[in-house]
Amino acid sequence: MVEIAQYSDTVMEHFMNPRNVGEIEDADGVGEVGNPVCGDMMTFYIKVDDGRLSDVKFKTFGCGAAIAVSSMVSEMAMGKTIDEALKITREDVADQLGGLPKQKMHCSNLGADALHKAIQDYQSKQKEKEAQHG
Amino acid sequence: MAEVYLDHYAATPVLAEVADAMRPYLTEDFGNPSSLHQRGDTAREALYAAREQVAALIGAQPEEITFVSGGTEANNTAVKGVSWAARRKGNHLVVSSVEHFSVLNAARTMAKFDFEMTEVGVDDYGMVDPEDVRAAIRDDTVLVSVMAANGEIGTVQRTADIAAVAREKGVPFHTDAVAAAGYIPLNVTDLGVDAMSIASDLLYGPKGAGALWVRKGLRLMPLLDGGIQEDGRRGGTENMPGIVGMGKAAELAARDLASRAEGLTALRDRLIKGLMETIPRLRLTGHPSTRLPWNASFLVEFIEGESMLLFLDQKGISVSSGSACTSRALKGSHVLTACDVPAELASGSILFSLGLENTPEDIDYVLESLPPIVERLRQMSPLYAKYLKEGGG
Repeated sequence: MVEIAQYSDTVMEHFMNPRNVGEIEDADGVGEVGNPVCGDMMTFYIKVDDGRLSDVKFKTFGCGAAIAVSSMVSEMAMGKTIDEALKITREDVADQLGGLPKQKMHCSNLGADALHKAIQDYQSKQKEKEAQHG
Repeated sequence: MAEVYLDHYAATPVLAEVADAMRPYLTEDFGNPSSLHQRGDTAREALYAAREQVAALIGAQPEEITFVSGGTEANNTAVKGVSWAARRKGNHLVVSSVEHFSVLNAARTMAKFDFEMTEVGVDDYGMVDPEDVRAAIRDDTVLVSVMAANGEIGTVQRTADIAAVAREKGVPFHTDAVAAAGYIPLNVTDLGVDAMSIASDLLYGPKGAGALWVRKGLRLMPLLDGGIQEDGRRGGTENMPGIVGMGKAAELAARDLASRAEGLTALRDRLIKGLMETIPRLRLTGHPSTRLPWNASFLVEFIEGESMLLFLDQKGISVSSGSACTSRALKGSHVLTACDVPAELASGSILFSLGLENTPEDIDYVLESLPPIVERLRQMSPLYAKYLKEGGG
């Protein structure tokens, strides 16, 4: 059993100084995962310019791991193309963080999912626009 | 950096006087109380002295004290040992839903075999209604177990009233006093209880020692079969350093009970009042007045307990939380659930358990440190953003 206190230095650094916290008022896509009942909830906001994520922000309710994961995902996704961002996996995020305690891998490692949901939201809005202008 | 330890429900430091009392029993006074020679005599005398010291804390007879390895074993022995011994009389147990897992799960284990159990619920303060206990008792009930006080939320139960109900119904009554002993006056005769569990490590004694008091005449089957140590109630060579330490810790707790309770209550109230005044949307858990002197427990809305705990740790402040994220089972506190706290609120649980070495300055340091941490985490929280948008604050 992995002890809860066993967060890597990178996890603690991101937890203490999370990057890109906030909301984007006129976001091109928003993705929300988790729910407060299970203790973790993340909302990701993205701006897309020329097929690239020009801005990524998040708000997270959750444990130290959930906050560090959100911060890391926002950093990994920033400036990436849509395709590149969609390829970011939960495992990539955990690796970049120097690993996560075993029991946190499933419940708190939701950042990549939230990012992908925000991208899907952007993509479905794009399709609607195309259909309207079609 | 400041160091403020506020997690005494997890562990207390061993007092210097206690450590001094223990030391000879680790080295020169190594004898086994079962031996018939002089070394055995020395150990036997020390064992009896410790029994007297522990008995005095709860107004019991020394012969009725069984030393065990801690609160968990005391509770398991009470629940399983009394049930087994009374099997011919019946096979039903009554416990409250806010019991420590060493009572609750011991009863659940019995229910996997030949027993049935009824869990009596609590009100929003975590208080058991003695009338609910009355309603749960059946003709085949062999034991009622309701804790004297809950360590997670601090609520002190109406132990004497519950014991009176059990007595009226002719059912033995056990109370887990691990969180309460040494902090509120407990006299087994006045309370009218039949069995009581105590742990050394909440009394500034060593870990690995505890005691189960059982009223003379109440039959108990040992959990650990072996030699006839502890009057046949618990096999195994006695943990002499631990027992001597627990005895000393109990003696000091009995001597200083009033002053300890007064000092801790003042600190507790300073902390509760200070936090309630500075942090909006903060809820006290447990009973507001019928409460352990050392317990200040809260729910902080819109944020999660572990992240608060980690930020406080960075400030040198040690606390704990009943949030799912801090538990190994990833389950929220069963005590908060029993008090009807919704799961998302239970996530924001934070528990300060105060101790003898804490000062008003420690409390003020928490009052200064926690509000900015809460504010910071709320600024990060989508739930708080939603709350503000919906016109809160």
